[in-house]
Amino acid sequence: MSAPMLSVDTVSTAYGAVQALRDVSIEVAQGEIVTLVGANGAGKSTLLMTICGDPRARAGRVAFEGRDITALPTHEIMRLGLAQVPEGRRVFPRMTVMENLLMGAQVAGHDPAPLLAQVFALFPRLKEREAQRGGTLSGGEQQMLAIGRALMSKPRLLLLDEPSLGLAPLIVRQIFAAIRDLNEREGLTVLLVEQNAYQALRLAHRGYVLVNGRITLRGTGRELLAMPEVRDAYLGGGH
Amino acid sequence: MSGGAAAAVAPAQRPAVAVPALKDALLTALVAFGLFVPIVGLRTDVGANGGLVLRQRWGDVAVLVGLAFAGRLLMLAWRAVRGDAKPATAARTALLRKAGTFVAPVLLALAVLLPFIPGTGRYELDLGILVLTYVMLGWGLNIVVGLAGLLDLGYVAFYAVGAYAYALLATIFGLSFWICLPLAGILAAFWGVLLGFPVLRLRGDYLAIVTLAFGEIIRVVLLNWVSLTGGPNGVTGIPRPTFFGLPFSMSGEPGTFAGFFGIEPSPVHRVIFLYYLILALALLTNWVSIRLRRQPLGRAWEALREDEIACRALGINITTTKLTAFALGAMFAGIAGSFFATRQGFISPESFTFIESAIILAIVVLGGMGSQIGIAIAALVMIGGFEVFRDLDEYRMLVFGGAMVLIMVARPRGLVGSRTPTVALGTRRAIGAEHVAEGRG
Repeated sequence: MSAPMLSVDTVSTAYGAVQALRDVSIEVAQGEIVTLVGANGAGKSTLLMTICGDPRARAGRVAFEGRDITALPTHEIMRLGLAQVPEGRRVFPRMTVMENLLMGAQVAGHDPAPLLAQVFALFPRLKEREAQRGGTLSGGEQQMLAIGRALMSKPRLLLLDEPSLGLAPLIVRQIFAAIRDLNEREGLTVLLVEQNAYQALRLAHRGYVLVNGRITLRGTGRELLAMPEVRDAYLGGGH
Repeated sequence: MSGGAAAAVAPAQRPAVAVPALKDALLTALVAFGLFVPIVGLRTDVGANGGLVLRQRWGDVAVLVGLAFAGRLLMLAWRAVRGDAKPATAARTALLRKAGTFVAPVLLALAVLLPFIPGTGRYELDLGILVLTYVMLGWGLNIVVGLAGLLDLGYVAFYAVGAYAYALLATIFGLSFWICLPLAGILAAFWGVLLGFPVLRLRGDYLAIVTLAFGEIIRVVLLNWVSLTGGPNGVTGIPRPTFFGLPFSMSGEPGTFAGFFGIEPSPVHRVIFLYYLILALALLTNWVSIRLRRQPLGRAWEALREDEIACRALGINITTTKLTAFALGAMFAGIAGSFFATRQGFISPESFTFIESAIILAIVVLGGMGSQIGIAIAALVMIGGFEVFRDLDEYRMLVFGGAMVLIMVARPRGLVGSRTPTVALGTRRAIGAEHVAEGRG
């Protein structure tokens, strides 16, 4: 493997006195889908946010495409070709779907027309709801909007924080299919944080398991799915 | 036959509605009684021998309690007839929008033609100037509160900075109004940034408290820095505006406005000039706000109001977004302030108390946060109404407060609560008032 697109090297993060991440190291190579699974409070979202520089890593190094981004301000990191779909979707509730999407394109400054066409092709539902207010969409549509909004900056690496949160299984499958589609057709690299471990690991090329702020297991999606520790802890042993 | 049956049924049903209503009204009357006994019923007067005498006014209390009882009963009856209050539907929003497109040009035409409408005297023009000043301040504060969602309770500080900037630059350095106007705006914007930096991390209530304190600090400094600002005595002898160099004077010499244009000198000329000046400044504020709303910066302000974390995730620089909102809002207040100074000819810290900030904020909230036309109407109603009820003396505040409560009950999202999207592929659809912020900063 050549130099990874994203490398997180022995990073520690803390909220005040509470240590959230301890010496976490992960790598995401170009064209991969990497999944981060773990229980509530394990530090999954914190790791994603640390990559974005908010909160900032107390120790260690984060590099994107070979460039050290550990100390960069958040808004500059987000202009390098990363896009984040934040936890809980966070669409702009009073702005229309179109305005939400254009907000995503604003900072990168690419021509929004072809990107809009791409997002509407991926999620035709958003096209139908184009003039509707973000806050009036259903949960699934809001998730599509949040992903679409992130794609409007034409990212090379997409960070997804719990896209399945609070969604019906059918919608989750749609969202995951869209992520796979983006990865296979557009070559988009994806780092996915999920509690829905079974589907997320099936989707992923590789995965990491995070427990209490430490990486405890790593491997391909298939390997992790087969591990008894993973099955017992995250899959309820049911699959 | 059937009519008789219906008549027979109706009285039987009525008590079911009437009894709770009566109970409700009685309870209201009881509360009113409890309130009015100490407030109205008992009054202390200075007696013949200099001591305090307790005077009792049970008649007034009875009238007020009766009014509360009857009012509550009427309100309940009206509600029963009308049925449940319907939320503003999309259809109603569309209707209001249609009316809005019609109202704005009419108001603008009225504003432009006001000095030439027969019967408009000096009083009407002065009132017009006052209303337009608040319209401008409302539109300026709207950038901070309505668009960027930053609750600012110290807005009057920037108004004061602009007024003192012009007053001091003109009296000490003899700079003309037209040079001072942009300078005052820039100075106020600078103070806006200065306030913006320490409050970058604050939101909502905390932001409101700090901005409130900031407003007071500016006023207290103006009050105490006697060597520069004259303290409580204020600044006097501020130069009056000239018509691009031609003074308005009664002499009618060639170098004056009247002399240059060969017309009869009249004190109204200056008032008309001031009127058009503030109209132009207010329209400039409006134009800048409307333009910016469609630009990336304006959209970033609105996104910031909606969700700060999402903004960060999209790579928006929160710092510059907030600071530009503070700076731009402050700049328009500063420009309005220097207009105020030249119009009055005299300023003192008394003109820049907290109540001014509160009135401007009330205009923005009552108008419907983010709505340009709503704010203009709210300023007209609030400031104009305040003047209309001047004859009521001390009851004026009562009418004023009552009117504000009525507006907030009837239209909790402000007079014009709908929001127009800044961009759309097909037809623009107004966003119904039910989806717009309700009575919150």
